[in-house]
Amino acid sequence: MKRTLTAMATAAVLGAVGAGAPVQAQEDPTKACFIYVGPIGDFGWTYQHHQGVLELEEEMGDAVETAYLESVPEGADAERALQRFARSGCDIIFTTSFGYMDATNEVAGRFPDIKFEHATGYKREHPNVATYNSRFYEGRYIQGVIAAATSETGEVGYIASFPIPEVVRGINAFMLGAKSVDPDFKIRVVWANTWFDPGKESDAAKALIDQGVDIITQHTDSTAPMQVAEERGIKAFGQASDMIEFGKETQLTAIVDDWGPYYIERVKAVRDGTWEQVDVWDGLADGHVVMAPYTNMPEDVKEMAADIEEKIRSGELHPFTGPINKQDGSAWLAEGEVASDEELLGMNFYVEGIDNQLPN
Amino acid sequence: MLESVLLTIATAATPLLIAAIGELVAERSGVLNLGVEGMMIMGAVTGFSVSLLSGSAWLGVVAAIVVGAAFALLFGFLTLTLVTNQVATGLALTLFGLGVSGMIGESFVGQPGMRLGVVDIPVLSDLPVVGRLVFGQDPLFYLSLLLTAGVAYFLFGTRAGLMLRAVGDNPASAHAQGISVIGIRYLAVMFGGACAGLAGAYLSLVYTPQWVENMTAGRGWIALALVVFASWRPWRVIAGAYLFGGVTIGQLHAQAIGVAIPSQMLSSLPYVATIVVLVVISQNRRLTMMNTPASLGRPFVPDR
Repeated sequence: MKRTLTAMATAAVLGAVGAGAPVQAQEDPTKACFIYVGPIGDFGWTYQHHQGVLELEEEMGDAVETAYLESVPEGADAERALQRFARSGCDIIFTTSFGYMDATNEVAGRFPDIKFEHATGYKREHPNVATYNSRFYEGRYIQGVIAAATSETGEVGYIASFPIPEVVRGINAFMLGAKSVDPDFKIRVVWANTWFDPGKESDAAKALIDQGVDIITQHTDSTAPMQVAEERGIKAFGQASDMIEFGKETQLTAIVDDWGPYYIERVKAVRDGTWEQVDVWDGLADGHVVMAPYTNMPEDVKEMAADIEEKIRSGELHPFTGPINKQDGSAWLAEGEVASDEELLGMNFYVEGIDNQLPN
Repeated sequence: MLESVLLTIATAATPLLIAAIGELVAERSGVLNLGVEGMMIMGAVTGFSVSLLSGSAWLGVVAAIVVGAAFALLFGFLTLTLVTNQVATGLALTLFGLGVSGMIGESFVGQPGMRLGVVDIPVLSDLPVVGRLVFGQDPLFYLSLLLTAGVAYFLFGTRAGLMLRAVGDNPASAHAQGISVIGIRYLAVMFGGACAGLAGAYLSLVYTPQWVENMTAGRGWIALALVVFASWRPWRVIAGAYLFGGVTIGQLHAQAIGVAIPSQMLSSLPYVATIVVLVVISQNRRLTMMNTPASLGRPFVPDR
């Protein structure tokens, strides 16, 4: 009894892992496997990845078989999960969080016949490892513009997860967007040190609001901060998915991730035998980053936001264009100079204007 | 400002307090149930879904209590009747609860939930600083304090409480006296489950009125630690829960103000504080021994 229960529980927790033998069609389906950092029901980061997987299944039908593991901790556990997938006949494995970077490369070295795709990282130590990412910072720049144009207190509260380049880049882009409207704009950053903990995220939002911010933005994955903002009658930005249902009077816009097209393209490439190592980093222009409708703001701000979005899409505006100084006042980018992707991917400093200290 | 900080602390501490006080009763009867997290998440999903479907938040609360108790009954059947290992069964219960709740809750993801209204005592709740804190909170906050007082009185002021403690300390002699050890343990475990379910409902109906998988995020484990922290004394659980909540919220405020201490260090403060207090408490060996249920985690099989 107990053993059955444990087995059931483990299966339920770990999600469906390669359910039995594949159905025999004319040809074996390609097996695409996914490792998620959160639960598929987080309605944020992992939820959006899973939506992409559902799109993939719909598009390819019997030609693809998918499996996923959710809530896999970053670190040693990730390596075990990867090995398990690698041995269970996966043809391609997607690892969908920055913290899986080393584990992905480690396991990829041992399984040269399996393709590995790591999201948001930059290490490709073996020919069978590709990386993919979205230029979320483009959306964050637009958010910064909106925040500075609508805030009355001139202060925004930023709930951050971990001090990794992805998050630091987002904070900087937000600040640069805000400074383009209001040079004295202030950002208060709180590090939650978690990607997903609704309670803690809502506490962080409350703390920031008590400190006088009137807009909340987040780089954590749950809808809790949006709800707190709605309750307290201030504005907020959604994260990863359109969170308007949680803040009808509150959400200004949200950065929505759309992974479906990429997953379809890559799994098809494995099937055709045309898969190659790539380093994909697409943004608004390619539809990988989508802005949710601009709501709860004056018409002129809406127009301004739409205008900036268009400029970024057309390539006319790059959020990281000089002159930009680092936090300590030293020069980083000269007038007209645009940051290289390498610099952006390894970003570990704040730009001028942010008061908080970056943990390291 | 101070008022809203205190309110935030109360919100953070209440679910921990409720879950811990329930587990305390179970452990006082000698049963170690590590399934608090699992029962709590089941309470959260039940509270959310029932209130959404029925339109009544209170019905959700009641359903969460029932489901929590039912999960505990399952645990009781396995560990008390079939005499399985309590630690392993408790862990399985947690895994089981996390998985099942994710399955049940799948269709509720992304839906805003209902909020349990606050009790607002007119005039008094407008008092400065303490007004809303004492007279304008959600009903479960008051219930959590009543529960603590009730459990403290029950355990140390009534004959039934004495019997329960006797069962936890020395089941063999309790049995010899004609006390139904297994019966009492069943009731204690189910009370623990009911509290864990209630704590879960607090999360999905008051703290963050929504359902997302895994939303307990380890709070069940913290509740377990609080029981040890409180050395199995009900009133100390309040102190522990509010200390933990206070440090958690305090560090977020420190960050928002811009205190120049690394955030990782601040984030670890609640846990460091817990360990420090545990060390200090355990200095007094005899006092610790006196409070620890002597047969905690040991199965008892009555001879027939």
